[in-house]
Amino acid sequence: MANLTIKNLKKSFEATEILKGIDLEIKDNEFVVFVGPSGCGKSTLLRSIAGLEEVTSGHILLDHKEITDLAPAKRNLAMVFQSYALYPHMSVRKNMSFALELAKEKKDVINQKVAEAARILELEPLLDRKPKELSGGQRQRVAIGRAIVRQPKVFLFDEPLSNLDAALRVQMRLELARLHHDLNATMIYVTHDQVEAMTLADKVVVLRHGQIEQVGTPLELYRNPANRFVAGFLGMPKMSFLPGTVTALDASSVTVELTFGGSVTLPAAGEHLRRGSEVTVGVRPENIDLVDASEASLTGFMDIAENLGSDTYCYVKTDGQETLTVRMPGNFTCNYGDRIGLQLHADECHLFDEHGNAIQKPTQMAA
Amino acid sequence: MKSTALNAGPASAAAEPMQDSRQGGIRKTSRINRFMVSPSVIVLALWMVVPLSMTIYFSLIRYNLLYPGDNEFVGLENFQFFVTDFGFMAGMSNTLLLVGSVLLITVVLGVLISLLVNQAFWGRGIVRILLISPFFIMPTVNALIWKNLLLHPVSGVFAAIWKFFGATPIDWFSEFPLFSIIMIVSWQWLPFAILLLMTALQSLDQEQQEAARLDGAGPCALFFHLTLPHLARPIAVVVMIETIFLLSIFAEIFTTTGGGPGYETTNLAYLIYSQALLQFDVGLASAGGLIAVVLANIAAFFLVRLIGKSLTEKQ
Ligand SMILES: Nc1ncnc2c1ncn2[C@@H]1O[C@H](COP(=O)(O)OP(=O)(O)O)[C@@H](O)[C@H]1O
Ligand SMILES: [Mg+2]
Repeated sequence: MANLTIKNLKKSFEATEILKGIDLEIKDNEFVVFVGPSGCGKSTLLRSIAGLEEVTSGHILLDHKEITDLAPAKRNLAMVFQSYALYPHMSVRKNMSFALELAKEKKDVINQKVAEAARILELEPLLDRKPKELSGGQRQRVAIGRAIVRQPKVFLFDEPLSNLDAALRVQMRLELARLHHDLNATMIYVTHDQVEAMTLADKVVVLRHGQIEQVGTPLELYRNPANRFVAGFLGMPKMSFLPGTVTALDASSVTVELTFGGSVTLPAAGEHLRRGSEVTVGVRPENIDLVDASEASLTGFMDIAENLGSDTYCYVKTDGQETLTVRMPGNFTCNYGDRIGLQLHADECHLFDEHGNAIQKPTQMAA
Repeated sequence: MKSTALNAGPASAAAEPMQDSRQGGIRKTSRINRFMVSPSVIVLALWMVVPLSMTIYFSLIRYNLLYPGDNEFVGLENFQFFVTDFGFMAGMSNTLLLVGSVLLITVVLGVLISLLVNQAFWGRGIVRILLISPFFIMPTVNALIWKNLLLHPVSGVFAAIWKFFGATPIDWFSEFPLFSIIMIVSWQWLPFAILLLMTALQSLDQEQQEAARLDGAGPCALFFHLTLPHLARPIAVVVMIETIFLLSIFAEIFTTTGGGPGYETTNLAYLIYSQALLQFDVGLASAGGLIAVVLANIAAFFLVRLIGKSLTEKQ
C-alpha cells in the first residue's frame, strides 16, 4: 500500500515562493507524472516529497502517516536522479546493496535482492564494474536497480531520461512502463517532456509557476484541457490558437468570428460568455484540413512543411501572422508560399475565454 | 608528404589515403617532434648530469676544505664513513619521524578542517584566507615566529598560557625539540593540505550525497563511503608533494635548534649541511648527498607504487 497525500504544500527559497500551495492525491500503484516547463518547481516538489528539501508549510502524508518532517531515509521512498548519482567508487553490486547494508540486512537477503534486481534490469554481466565503465543507459539502469532493491513504497524519478540520446530514451521509456507494470509500484515521475508524460502516466499533473494547472489521465488532459496553458503544453506538435470574438451563442454552441477570417460554430457551454467576448479558439494539428483557397473563409500562406514519412506537418501562416500547424498524410505535397484554405473541425475545437480558461463542451457537462 | 609532416597532427596524417605514406608521415613527424624538443631535453640533461657527476666524483675522493690539495681517490670510504657515523642513524630516524608525523598531522587535520570550512557559515571567505595564509610565509620567518613569539619559554604566547593556568612554562626546544619542529612544519604545510582538500570537496557531487541520504547513510557513512573515497586522489597528491619537500626540511631546523640538542633534530639534509659546511668535508657531504638521493628515490618508488596508481587511473 502506498497512498500519498499532499496538502497545501508551500516551499520558498528565501523570499521567492517556488511552490504555492500544492494539493495532490496519489493512489497505490499509480504512475504519476509531474510535467511542466523548466523552472516551474517540479524537482522542488519531488525533492520535498523525498525529504531533501524542507517545506515551508503544508503536509505530506504517506498512508495517512505524517512524513512532512521525517528524515529522508525514514520515508521509505527511493529516488532516481537525473545525473544518476551513482557512487563512483563502488561497483554496480555495491551501489545496489549500499542501502541494504546500511540497514544491516542479512548477507544472503542482500545478495538475493541484488541478484533479483540485476535480473530484472539485465545488469548481471555488469555487477562488478564501476559506474565510469558503463554507458549512459547502463548507468540509468543501475540507478533504477538501486531503487528497486530497497522495495520502497514510492519510486521518485527526476527527469531520468533527459541525459540519454533519443533512441535510448524511447527504449528506456518502454522499459520503465514495463517495470511499473511488473513491480506494481507507485511511481512519481518528473519530466518536462510531454511525450514521456503522455505515454507513461496513469495520471498527469501539469505544473506552472509552482501551481497545479490540471490533474487527470493523459487523454482527459489532451481532450479537455482546463486552460490554454495545458492545451498548448500537451500535444506534439502544439495546438494552434486563433483569436476571435463571440458573435452568437446559445446553450450548447458558440459562434466565433475569427479575427483573421472565417468563423466557427463550436459546441460549448458558454454561460458566462456574451456577444462580443474576446475568446481564443484552439485547434490541434489533426483537426484542420487544407483545402483550396477559394473553398474556405480562413486562408493563409504555406510556410514550412515537415515530412516525417507517415505524416506531413504543414505550418501555415494566416494573415494575422499566427502560425497554424496542420497534420496531413505523408504523401501530401505543396510549395512554400502557396495560398491555402483552412477548414477547422468545429466539433474538435477548444474554446478559451479571455483569461485562458477552457469553456467546457456541453456533452461533458451533462456527463 | 612534406605537408603531412609539417602539419604534424594525427588528423592530417590520418587523412592520408595510403597506408605506406601514412606510416612514413608519422615516422617523419615523430622525428621532427624529437628534434624540436631536443634543446630543452639537452639543457635539462646537462642540468642534472653535470652536478650529479661532480657529486659522484667528490664522493669518491678525499676532499676536505681544511686540507687543500690532498685529494686522492679513496673509493667508498666516504660512504662507509657517513653510514657508520652516529649522526647517520639519528638523521635517518629523525627524517622519517619528521616526514611521517607531519604527513599524518596535515592529512588528518587537513581533512577535518576542510570539511569544517566547507559548511556555509558567516565569514567563511575570511576564514579560508586565514587558513591558507601560513603557506605564504617563508620557512625561515615562520620558524622565527614560532621560536620567538610562540614557543619562547619566557616571552612566548605558549608560556603566557601556561603561566595563566599556573603551570611552569615549557622550554619547547630543549624539552621536546623534534616535536617542536614537527609542530612548526605542520603549521607551515597544513594550509597546503587544506587548500587542495577544500577545492576537492567543492567538486563533491551533491546528488550523490542526497542519494546516499535517501539510502539511509548518516554523517559517518557519508564520510567514509563518499567523502573519503572522493578525497583519495587529493590526499595522494598532498602526501606525494609534501614528502618531496619534507625530506629536505632545513630552514626550520637551522633557525631554531641547529640540529640539537645533540642529534635530536638533525635530519639528513641538516646532517649533510653540517658535514659540508661545519666540518668542511665536501667528500663526506657528497657521499651523504648521494645516499639521500638514493633514499629519496626509494621513497619515491614506493610512493608511486602505492598511491601513484590512483593518480594515473582515469576518474
Ligand atoms: N536551492 C535553491 N535555492 C534557490 N532557488 C532554488 C533552489 N532550487 C531551486 N530553486 C528555484 O526554484 C525554481 C524551481 O526549480 P526546480 O524545482 O528545479 O524546477 P524544475 O521544474 O525545472 O525542476 C527555479 O526557479 C529555481 O531557480
Ligand atoms: Mg528539475
